[in-house]
Amino acid sequence: MAESTGAARPTRRTVLKTAAVTAGGAALAPRTAVAAGAGEVAAGPGETAVVTLSVNGKRRAVEVEPRVTLLDALRERLGLTGTKKGCDRGECGACTVLVDGERVKSCLTLAVMRQGSEITTIEGLAQGERLHPVQEAFIRHDAFQCGGCTSGQIMSAVACIDEGHAGSDQEIREWMSGNLCRCACYQNIVAAVADAAKGARS
Amino acid sequence: MKSFGYTAVRDPGEAVRLGGRPGTAFIAGGTDLLNLMKDGVTRPDRLVDVNGLELAWVTETASGLRIGGLARMRAVAGHGSVRRGWPVLAEALLASASPQVRNMASIGGNLLQRTRCGYFRDSGSPCNKRVPGSGCPAIDGWSRGHAVLGGSDACIATHPSDLAVAMVALDAVVLVRGSGGERRIPIGEFYLRPGTTPHVENVLRQGELITAVEVPRTGMARRSRYLKLRDRATFEFAVVSVAAAVELNERRVRDVRLAFGGIGTTPWRSPEAEEVLRGKDLTADTIARAGRALVRDAKPRHDNEFKVDLVQRALAELLEGLR
Repeated sequence: MAESTGAARPTRRTVLKTAAVTAGGAALAPRTAVAAGAGEVAAGPGETAVVTLSVNGKRRAVEVEPRVTLLDALRERLGLTGTKKGCDRGECGACTVLVDGERVKSCLTLAVMRQGSEITTIEGLAQGERLHPVQEAFIRHDAFQCGGCTSGQIMSAVACIDEGHAGSDQEIREWMSGNLCRCACYQNIVAAVADAAKGARS
Repeated sequence: MKSFGYTAVRDPGEAVRLGGRPGTAFIAGGTDLLNLMKDGVTRPDRLVDVNGLELAWVTETASGLRIGGLARMRAVAGHGSVRRGWPVLAEALLASASPQVRNMASIGGNLLQRTRCGYFRDSGSPCNKRVPGSGCPAIDGWSRGHAVLGGSDACIATHPSDLAVAMVALDAVVLVRGSGGERRIPIGEFYLRPGTTPHVENVLRQGELITAVEVPRTGMARRSRYLKLRDRATFEFAVVSVAAAVELNERRVRDVRLAFGGIGTTPWRSPEAEEVLRGKDLTADTIARAGRALVRDAKPRHDNEFKVDLVQRALAELLEGLR
């Protein structure tokens, strides 16, 4: 599985033909994004590109400038504010989401780099009214106080368990180290991850 | 972040053609570059996204290991060949960053990450590396994270990559492709000391892309380890680190490579320390002498004198474990 890797590649590529920014900075003029099979995703400075993502199983298109991070696209364009912006520098882990099944920090990747990817956010974990087992474990173990880091902790924990890195408390601490908790609920977070991992194995 | 243009490419020729234009940067994982751009430290006009190139592989050959420039840190750290034949690489990678970042960051990008010097990362401070000629506040300022070897009057920033330290200990070769064709650069010649031009950190030319890293198969590589000392248990850059690869005949050192992080302005190899050990028994005494040879030319500043002692102890700790 780990023998080779690669970022998800676009399944559908678009080339932005035109960009017209009005002088007063008003609403951007509508433009045509042309599907070009052999073309590449491209946008000039100040131009936008249409990025198609599968977010929590639903196909979503966002029109963004290249400088928009995946985090900002999720929160500000798609209204999925469950994913939190903490440090915006990859240091706190609050923005952790799954991209094509792998946990990433969504503040450290551009939306345009994720064309065609499958994104799972905290909003996509529950099945209807039934919470994901990791969410339930966090509640059971009181694994948060202010909640600012919790979505990132839970997304990271889902991946940590899936990767097989939740075999002991020590292993959980190491493999959850990319998620900081300012309230220092680490004891309970580790207990919740261990409990959920046990459930996943049985 | 300043506005910039973006192009995703699938063809290596197009990548180096587009990348050759001034003001253009390649982006792979983006885990360092985007922070630098958000902080206004790096301000490219255009990004060329190279993730579509077929460079995310790891292969073992008769002569050694070949790692594609776009292989992710996680994939290399978990690769069976790497773990068996070049353990120092896996250990250095697993001691780096966080699981999320290791899923994202590429091997080529890791080797090119920029220093963690706080003055460099703060676009409000002078910094000769960021703005040539503006001065270096670290030399007479907060220098705890800075180098004791290889510095100049212009810059004492350390290189932050653990992987690069391991690669130096393994005599790796960096393969690059640019508009002028391909070239092979021994990693010992890849990084440049700051001298009077600290903004020039390596020998890459504009538009040159790291396509692969080759790591030779040696007797030393199988017996190689990485020790990283940090201010917290994990998810932190090195205060000091040591990569050692040693081939022993009983207790006698047939050959050895020693490289260090956190103490030098480049991933720091110490031929002087290696020379002390070569042909000798690996004993507490020879190890201590090697450590003294390592720091003979050390030039500590106000806050980093402790590194001179700490790195010798780290070296001893690691080599004792390899006896």
